[in-house]
Amino acid sequence: MSIYDALIGPFVEFDFMRRALIGSLALSLGAGPVGVFLMLRRMSLAGDAMAHAILPGAAAGFLVAGLSLPAMTLGGLVAGVSVALLAGLVTRTTALKEDAALAAFYLLSLALGVTMVSLRGSNVDLLHVLFGSVLALDDDALLLLAGVATVTLVTLALVYRPLVLECVDPGFLASVSRAGGPAHLIFLGLVVLNLVAGFQALGTLLAVGVMMLPAATAPFWTQRLAPMFGVAVAAGALASVAGLLGSYHAGVPTGPAIILAAGVVYLLSMAFGPAGGLVWRLVPARRHRAA
Amino acid sequence: MSAPAIRFEDVTLGYDGHPAVHHLTGEIAPGSALAVVGPNGAGKSTLLKGLVGTLKPLGGRIDRGALKSGEIAYLPQAASLDRSFPIDVFDLVATGLWRKIGPFGGVGAKGRAKVRDAIAGVGLTGFERRPIGTLSGGQLQRALFARLALQDAPVILLDEPFAAIDADTVRDLLDLVARWRGESRTVVAVLHDLETVRHAFPETLLLARRPISWGPTAEALRPERLLEARGMTEAFDDRAPVCHSHAA
Repeated sequence: MSIYDALIGPFVEFDFMRRALIGSLALSLGAGPVGVFLMLRRMSLAGDAMAHAILPGAAAGFLVAGLSLPAMTLGGLVAGVSVALLAGLVTRTTALKEDAALAAFYLLSLALGVTMVSLRGSNVDLLHVLFGSVLALDDDALLLLAGVATVTLVTLALVYRPLVLECVDPGFLASVSRAGGPAHLIFLGLVVLNLVAGFQALGTLLAVGVMMLPAATAPFWTQRLAPMFGVAVAAGALASVAGLLGSYHAGVPTGPAIILAAGVVYLLSMAFGPAGGLVWRLVPARRHRAA
Repeated sequence: MSAPAIRFEDVTLGYDGHPAVHHLTGEIAPGSALAVVGPNGAGKSTLLKGLVGTLKPLGGRIDRGALKSGEIAYLPQAASLDRSFPIDVFDLVATGLWRKIGPFGGVGAKGRAKVRDAIAGVGLTGFERRPIGTLSGGQLQRALFARLALQDAPVILLDEPFAAIDADTVRDLLDLVARWRGESRTVVAVLHDLETVRHAFPETLLLARRPISWGPTAEALRPERLLEARGMTEAFDDRAPVCHSHAA
């Protein structure tokens, strides 16, 4: 098999592969930077919780309108934002910490969602909702993915300064501005938006993978904030291409293949990354500077 | 730099209905340097939170005069800063410009020069691009003082600014405090080292939940007063009767 057949042929030959490529690249572009912020806020698992929270909304959309993109997207958005707001409200008004509140609401939400889907659909439908269908992206789905990536990057640019300060020194931000709370809420909205977009392509459970794995990869390449976003986007894009090709050649499901590829990129970075990769610890430092 | 006086009128501050600072009345004169001293749990940090406005009083009133929000610069205890966050010294100090540039404004060449001056003022020149995670405790505190200087605020609040800081750094930072006083800024600092208080702060509030003494440092820190402060009850009492002594 030539290099062309291995790497480029599948995309030239098949329309669905090109669509899958565009969709997953768009997803990487928005979800990567969002994931970096989640990681820096020590909310990596909150992304996972939100992904579960989206399910009942998507299921409600599915119950009302079948496999309809607008209905399931809207449902997912409403459910995700409600869980985020409820968790935030509980955190602010009771002694419960945000992670515990999120866990409680996402478990409720997930159980509700699975019950709703099993009330009507077959298990095949449930699998579709859980694991997505990156090889069946129509024009609407592509527009949604690209639109979400655009909104995400523009919004992140707008709330960047308060968001960074809310992460690094919330006490200081509160003393000079009230922007911290709104910035946090807008950010949670972006998390939900990207997960909803991701579940079109990869399903609710895997959407969080394309958000968090590239983000967890980034610190092994750079200790600076701005380049981390670039590394996360690049890692997501690499995983998308590798996952699509791997799934094409090996005949495995595409969504899991993309996440597995992102996982391999993460593991390789953890081992060999220039900023704190594990192999550099095995090599004893022979020299150190005088000052 | 003309700071208005800050008045406490029978102020009670606390959490969940339990007072941490009880019935405080008094005035911080413009341009004064006030040390807040007292045992752990005496309500010193709570008082600063009330002053800066992040904690609303349970009773009474804090009159900040014509001070607008953001005109009180506040250095919380070091714990509120995430030192693992990938931000460098220059960017951290530059956040002190927030009141001028807000969430969207550019820093600009003038702003950058100011940031460099502030960093030079605390002796951290050369550290501009170092991530904050690589700084020692003293260096980080210097950076935070540079940010305070950049905030250009008429009132500056410091919560245990010299905890676990070496003597050289304390001396340099006290020089900066003296310079702020020379510029007629009001400085309020929570401190534990009484030598530092006697040396650098003419006025002292000795606090043990309630004010024990407030006035010239030598008066406020007399031995019998310090002994009285040590006798403070530390625990919240859930069965304590509701306090009715507020002047309505």
